[in-house]
This record gives sequence, C-alpha cells and structure tokens, in this order.
Amino acid sequence: MKKTSQQGRLVPRLLVIVSILFLIVMLVLPIVTVLVNALKNGWNEYAAAVSDQYTIKAMQLTLVATITAVLINTFFGLFAAWLISKFKFRGRKMLTTFLDIPFAVSPVIAGLIFFLTFGRIGWAYDILNKINFQIVFAVPGIILATIFVTMPFISREIIPVMSLQSEEEEAAALMGAKGFTIFRKVTLPHIKWALLYGIILCSARAMGEFGAVSVLSGHLRGKTNTLPLHVEILYNEYQYSQAFAVSSILVIFAIVILIVRNIVEYKGRKESEQ
Amino acid sequence: MKSNKGKRVIPGFGLSMGITLSFLSLLVLIPFASMVWSASGIGLRGFIEVVTSKRVMAGYQVSFLCALIAALINSLFGVILSWVLVRYRFPFKRVVDGLIELPFALPTAVAGISLTALYSEQGLLGSFFRKLGIEIAYTRIGIVVAMVFITIPFVVRSIQPVLEKIDAQYEEAASMLGADRRVIFFRIILPEIIPALLTGFGLAFARALGEYGSVVFIAGNTPMKTEIVPLLIMSKLQQYDYGGATAIALVMLIASFVILLLINTVQLFSSKFTRA
Repeated sequence: MKKTSQQGRLVPRLLVIVSILFLIVMLVLPIVTVLVNALKNGWNEYAAAVSDQYTIKAMQLTLVATITAVLINTFFGLFAAWLISKFKFRGRKMLTTFLDIPFAVSPVIAGLIFFLTFGRIGWAYDILNKINFQIVFAVPGIILATIFVTMPFISREIIPVMSLQSEEEEAAALMGAKGFTIFRKVTLPHIKWALLYGIILCSARAMGEFGAVSVLSGHLRGKTNTLPLHVEILYNEYQYSQAFAVSSILVIFAIVILIVRNIVEYKGRKESEQ
Repeated sequence: MKSNKGKRVIPGFGLSMGITLSFLSLLVLIPFASMVWSASGIGLRGFIEVVTSKRVMAGYQVSFLCALIAALINSLFGVILSWVLVRYRFPFKRVVDGLIELPFALPTAVAGISLTALYSEQGLLGSFFRKLGIEIAYTRIGIVVAMVFITIPFVVRSIQPVLEKIDAQYEEAASMLGADRRVIFFRIILPEIIPALLTGFGLAFARALGEYGSVVFIAGNTPMKTEIVPLLIMSKLQQYDYGGATAIALVMLIASFVILLLINTVQLFSSKFTRA
C-alpha cells in the first residue's frame, strides 16, 4: 500500500481530485440545488409547503408504506435467508435468482404486473371486488408495489453472513434446542448488523419508490399520494419551490439514512474484527 | 464446511420453504404470469405491430443507448473511485465513501427535479454548458446524466471489496521486476477486478434501462427523440392500451434478462480465466 507513494504523487493526487470533482458535480450539487430552491421564496413559504395538509398526508402514507414493507420483508427475508443458507436442495440457485428479480425489473414494469393482476382488467379484480377490497388506485396497491421493489434487500444482506456458520446451529439443534430458540440465541447475534443494514437499505428504497407506486396510485391527492408522488404533482403544476420544499424533507431523510448506515457498517466491522 | 449427512439437522426447512415459496408466488410468479397472459390477448401480430412501431423502436434505441453510455461512464469513474477509496488517504475520505450511496437513499423523483433544475438553461451547470453550446436538460445528454446519477454506487461497490483483497505483494514484485505503473495496472489489477467490474456494469445497465423517476423530469419526453421505454409503457397505460403496454414491457423484460444472463456468463468465464 505504501509503495505507491514512492512512485510520485502526481497521479494519486490527480485521481483524488477527479473523484472528488465527479462526486461534487454528480451528488453534492443536486442536493444543494434542492435546498437552495426550497428556500428560494423565504422561510415562511417553505414552512407553509412543508406543513401543508396534503404534504402531511403524503408523509403519513409514505411512512405507512415504508414501515409495512420493511416489516413484511424482514419477516420474509429471514425465512428466505434461512432456507437458502442453511439447507441444500434442488433449485436453490434458481430460487436465489428469483429473489433478485425485483432488482432487474423496471419499477414501471413492477407496477404494471400488479396493475394487470389486480386492476379492472385483471383476473383477480372480480374476486377482490366481491369482498370490497381494492388494490389498484388504493393504499394496498402502493404497499404491494413497495414490498415488491424492496423484496431482495434484506435477504441479500443476511444470506452471506448466515451462510458463514452452520455448525453452531447444528450443535444447538442436536442438543435439543427448538427452531426459534436457535435463531434467537445462536443466529441472530451473528447476523444482527447485516440485518440492520438490510433494513436500512430497504427503508431507503421503500421511502423513495416512484415508478411502481406511480402506476398503481392513481394520484389521488390526500389518499394515494406518497411524498415522491406529491413532489411530482407539485412540480408538474409549476409550484417549483413547494416541490423542492417537499423534496427537502426526503433529502433530510436520505442523509439521516446514510449517516445511520455508516454507523451500522462501522460498528458491524468493528465487531467482526474483534 | 457443510456436512452432507446432517443437512436437515437444523429445523425449519419445511416452514421456511413454505413461506418463501408462497411469498414468491404471490408477489412474483402470479403477477408475471398474469402479464404474459394479458400480452397473449393481443395476439402475435398485434404484439409485433406494437413492438416494431416507429415510436417504440425509437424508444428502445434511446433507452439502450443512454443506459449503455451511462454504464460505461460509471465503469470508468467506478474504477477510479474505488481505487482512490481503497488505496489512498485523503481528508474527508469517510464522508466521500458514505456519499457514494446517496443515489440509493435519495428518492428518484427528487433526483429528477433537482438534476433538471441544475442542468436547465437557468441552472448553475446548465447555463455554463449552454455557453459552450451544449444543452443538457431535455436532450439525450440529460437522460444520460440522470442515469449516471442513479447508477453511481453499483460499479464502485462491486469493485471495492475485490480491490481490498488484492495482495500488494504482486504489485511490489512487478515493480521490482521493472514494470511501470501502467503495466502493473493493466496486467495485474485490471484482470483481478474485471469480473466485479462486469457485475457492476451489468447491474448499472439494467438499473439505468428501467429507470423512470429521475429520467422523466430531465428527458423532455419528445416522441422519437427523448422518450424512454418505461415512459412509453406508462403512457400506453394512461391511454388504456393495456395490450400495448404489456407488449413493450415484455420485450424490455426479455432484453434485461438476456443482458444479465450474458454478463453472468462472461463473469463466470473471466473468473475461471483469472484463477487459472
């Protein structure tokens, strides 16, 4: 590592400068732009846009969708990871690929598949209609789309860590421990940082999902509008400073998530080094 | 080491298999099957007609070209960034490292309107480039910019762990034997990181291809020129042309799966090659 310093300092410096410039232009400037535009018309207008009733409603829906998606995907992710990392069976590789599908699919297509299944032209529409349950253009659709696009995050983070050790679980099982006890006492301490990390990534993505949610939402203000959709509506109505004000809430969420992510990663690393 | 005999010692196989499969069927298999079913409704001729129409073909061209350029740009900067982050020390390195994930955490719609404001005529960078005679917002360059933004983390995060593991001894040995830095990079470092680079490239390309939120704002969405495929699907849906939307989506899906498969294969080959 230190040998590189002997070979002149020009190239390293140049590369560092190029990297930092690239990140400033591509990442920092957009963030600054949001904040500058949000406060363009003064603090009062900013406060009004942020505390607008539709903004609050949108924030509530975003929170509900995010929390639901994280809970369900944590539950599912733990079982899927357990299955893939602790057992060998036919079709395991294929199952792993299936888990990753939401990564490879355009969010718009993700919305489309649910639209075609549960929407007015879908086969499931009549069945659901009988029990008066609407998915498309309603809150369940938004939650469903959010769950879909964030599906792989948690299982993907835990599988590598869970696969590392199986002897301890085997030993515990042979000594007669029950499944849940093994998980809680043996597995969970090992995977807790990875799990937390997955949950953070999952919430970040869930909070910001746009394409899939947009297909299923119907954009009913105050009802099926999430924060990102609310940003779009305001922007398309030429209410730019309001759109950026609402965006700034999401920017703050994103930065908080990034900071928490770094802390979790740092702690996880430190613990695994010990 | 996993013992083969005792593979079912650990409890919970049936339960986790059941939960995983039912969840996957509900969320992935059944909806996708419905989509294929719904696409078959318009018949083969209708399907081909939609997919090969001029506007849709132009859309595919825009999407694929822009996604390709964006993934290439990020491959270049991804190598540089991961190299800098792994090998050099500089002030605020941890902040820089943490910042890389910003595109994952920032909602795409926010990224979209912010990039549009930044690169439009009145924007800070837009006005600068305009003086040079380059318009970015509402052109294909704008689409590339948005795609680069959202796919920055993929290549960096694929290469970083590999670079961290490369033993510096090989480089030292090579430099003692008289190899200059360029030779060391192309002969020693690059072959090691190529599989990871390809994975990152593939992920970035697939993501850019499907991206909707950040691109629609900056693209301008002029038919035949700056209309991306996800937008075409969206507008077909809004016109109640469900068959058309599904047909376009199906081609898109097949394309992205083929690309991922291709990259997986290349990756497999190159990893065998470098290990040999």
